[in-house]
Amino acid sequence: MFGFGILTGLIVLPVLGSILLLLLPGDDEAVRRNARWTALFTTLVVFVLALVAWGRFDTANPAFQLIESRGWFGGGLQYKLGVDGISMPFVVLTAFLMPFCILASWESIQDRVKEYMIAFLILEALMIGVFCALDLVLFYLFFEGGLIPMFLIIGIWGGKRRIYASMKFFLYTLLGSLLMLLAIMKMYGFTGTTDITVLLRTDFPHSMQTWLWLAFFASFAVKMPMWPVHTWLPDAHVEAPTAGSVILAGILLKMGGYGFLRFSLPMFPLASHDFAPLVFALSVIAIIYTSLVALVQEDMKKLIAYSSVAHMGFVTMGLFTMTPQGIQGAMFLMISHGIVSAALFLCVGVIYDRMHTREIAAYGGLVHRMPRYAVAFLIFTMANIGLPGTSGFVGEFLTMLGAFQVNTWVALIATLGTILAAGYALYLYRRVIFGKLEKPALAGMLDLSAREVAILLPLVVLTIYYGVHPAPVINASMASVDQIARSVQVANTAATKTASTQP
Amino acid sequence: MSPDFHLGPVLPEFILAVGALALLMVGALRGERSTWLVTELAIVVLGVAFLIDVGTPTHGVLMFDGAFLDDAFGRFMKGLALLGSIVTLVMSIGFMRQQGIDRFEYPVLIILSTLGMMLLISAHSLISLYLGFELMSLALYVLAAFDRDNVRASEAGLKYFVLGALSSGMLLYGASLIYGFAGTVLFDGIATALQGHAQIGVVFGLVFLSAGLAFKMSTVPFHMWTPDVYEGAPTPVTAFFATAPKMAAVAITVRIIITAFPGIIAEWQQIIIFISIASMALGSFSAIGQTNFKRLMAYSAIGHMGFALVGLAAGTEAGVHGVLIYMSIYLVMTLGTFAAILMMRRGGLNVEMTADLAGLGQTHPAMAFFLAMLMFSLAGIPPLAGFFAKFYVFQAAIQANLYGLAVLGVLSSVVAAYYYLRIVKMMYFDAPLGTFDRPNRGVSFVLGAASLATLLFWLDPGPLVVGAAAAARSLF
Repeated sequence: MFGFGILTGLIVLPVLGSILLLLLPGDDEAVRRNARWTALFTTLVVFVLALVAWGRFDTANPAFQLIESRGWFGGGLQYKLGVDGISMPFVVLTAFLMPFCILASWESIQDRVKEYMIAFLILEALMIGVFCALDLVLFYLFFEGGLIPMFLIIGIWGGKRRIYASMKFFLYTLLGSLLMLLAIMKMYGFTGTTDITVLLRTDFPHSMQTWLWLAFFASFAVKMPMWPVHTWLPDAHVEAPTAGSVILAGILLKMGGYGFLRFSLPMFPLASHDFAPLVFALSVIAIIYTSLVALVQEDMKKLIAYSSVAHMGFVTMGLFTMTPQGIQGAMFLMISHGIVSAALFLCVGVIYDRMHTREIAAYGGLVHRMPRYAVAFLIFTMANIGLPGTSGFVGEFLTMLGAFQVNTWVALIATLGTILAAGYALYLYRRVIFGKLEKPALAGMLDLSAREVAILLPLVVLTIYYGVHPAPVINASMASVDQIARSVQVANTAATKTASTQP
Repeated sequence: MSPDFHLGPVLPEFILAVGALALLMVGALRGERSTWLVTELAIVVLGVAFLIDVGTPTHGVLMFDGAFLDDAFGRFMKGLALLGSIVTLVMSIGFMRQQGIDRFEYPVLIILSTLGMMLLISAHSLISLYLGFELMSLALYVLAAFDRDNVRASEAGLKYFVLGALSSGMLLYGASLIYGFAGTVLFDGIATALQGHAQIGVVFGLVFLSAGLAFKMSTVPFHMWTPDVYEGAPTPVTAFFATAPKMAAVAITVRIIITAFPGIIAEWQQIIIFISIASMALGSFSAIGQTNFKRLMAYSAIGHMGFALVGLAAGTEAGVHGVLIYMSIYLVMTLGTFAAILMMRRGGLNVEMTADLAGLGQTHPAMAFFLAMLMFSLAGIPPLAGFFAKFYVFQAAIQANLYGLAVLGVLSSVVAAYYYLRIVKMMYFDAPLGTFDRPNRGVSFVLGAASLATLLFWLDPGPLVVGAAAAARSLF
């Protein structure tokens, strides 16, 4: 394909799909139907292509693979793509979740369908680009570019306070990212290149690492989001349409964790070591505080949003243990959370489409009318808590295993957080699903339609499959994770040695 | 001066000068009926000058006893100024006729002003700098008040004239001080005379000179005229003000600072840094409350000049490279945005409130999309061109260790992002107010072309980046 590889294909295909949609004239019912089918078809093709890429990917090799590169901007920057064990699962996850987003919007979006689908396809291209980019500026381009379609998705198709939420989302994330941009420029000035593979081998001086780490932290902490800069997330989640929430929770939040893993840890190992206590502190605060906040929420989406922040606390905690178990756990937790939280938002979407409210108090006793829905929701709730046998357990267990090796207190407090998680998740489930079916409005609720079953069933299967057999994800990322953990340790040991020989 | 004197290096200027006079004759002889013809011919004259400017090679020739320098840097900036003039002239045709102010003097004044800009950009002595400066400004004063029956336009013209005359005076005073201390008006002579430690008189001269230039760049603290003139002047004239003169003012500022004062970097760097930070901050915060689109664009221009000066503050080749890229991209984005403002006509009347854009995403999807892309680009969001503009200037600042400037710069760009997003919000999130009239084809084309250029810039940025690099190198 014109000298381009399969990764470019993954990025270009959704763009082609959106151009095709752009060419559809008019806005009648037929156009809307065509738009939906075109978008679904495109995302499915991208998913298949992502699987092909996964098939070609050698999991034993920790280096970047499927590399393609060419000059850009008169040679100063380059267009370079490639994946390793850390990015490959995210690429597949992105491609996997997109068809569900399209399906989830099938009936709930009736206004400006064509534009909606275009925004989602562009967003998909940019998100895949984030995980494939091997040039820092290219990475930044995709990372920031994603703000535009997401801003429009929340702002146009969102709920009542959508304008406030979309502005807050945009400006919060932009502020963090711009500080990272300055750090990127500094690194460019220092090394003369923005090639990530070269930067990964560069030893930045300790004092410079500190500032660079802080700048990257500003960006990723907002994106993640970590306490106390998480406040944009509940607003964005509540106001976004269901599919927007799915993408936010499933993929966009993972970019923060991916950034820590790809840049902060291996490029600034000394600073990461220095700042690990800070990250631990923020992580346990996030785990405990947001879990408590989740307990008192009246709005289902808000509750799940706060639970996402808590789970991301586990991820950051695991990452900064800098042990293979902790990082692997964080990696797995991100993938698992991508599936589970996406599924939870889809579940909320199912009843929201029927009742048009997210108030927990408006529901109750749904199990009598919607038994299939109750089962699916139960499985995802359990996965959210981290029940053994679901995918949520593996990641949380591994991160805590890593944390115990580094700091017992952190691990202890984080463990308390899982109890709180059980509290808010089960409390939500009881209020919505169990009890008597008293509200007259609920009497006419229909159980899952065929389309909704098609959305939720694969996610149920994956949640349980990865719970009992996590090997596919772990094997894919193991080599790369081990390499990062080792390089961080080597750098820190070397620094300690130099420090001790030079008193 | 070389004995074998020939016109080659000043051919574009020559064509403009002769063309302006000839068109004036055509207009004077044929009267008001000739407006259309004169305008078309003016576009041709400017176009020919543009083609010669970018199409012929240059080797850095000094002419007229060192008063005029033809180099790659000048060619680059002159190309931008000419492009700005051509496009604004194309956009003016329909508007001027609708407003009933389609006089043949208008295109002639644009040519004369452009000629002034080109002399200014190529100036290599304080005398030619002042001559170019005045030729450009005098034409601009008339243009600002061109809609003479309109109170706002007359006010704008008067305001611009009074303040502009003041700034010219300051510039002249600064130039005389520098001449007094350096003993020469030639830039390279000044550079040799002023080395290392500068006397207080030189610093004073530099401050006054910067004040005059800052006025034309519309940077803080000499920005006060900008919002009123932008709002009051006829929209195509505002588009002209926002593009071509800015190119010239920034070009001469860069040239004089880099070629005449390389030895006293500490003295001018603090001035530029102050101007830059103050402009970025004021541009960002003051635009938030604006409801008039043209006025908003005035504050936006103030902010953008601040961003462009970030590159100059670095004082390095990379910094000048950044300024050149910034100005090119700023030119395209601004032309596109003003094309959109020109398209805002309802029931035969111009509307220019941002609220009038409400629901544009539904009533005019193509226009809304193009304008939205320009807004995101002005805000500096990747992958649009505006991002790369900021990227290059901030990178130069970081490399020159100007961290404080860079951090304040990105912070103000976040603030600025808010009001650009507000325009997008009005177009896409708000309910429609009503449709606009069918736009002029030339104006729609400018909007579409500018917007697509910013949107697809990343596909092939090589020519601009390489061309700007060559232009920047010629200054050092």
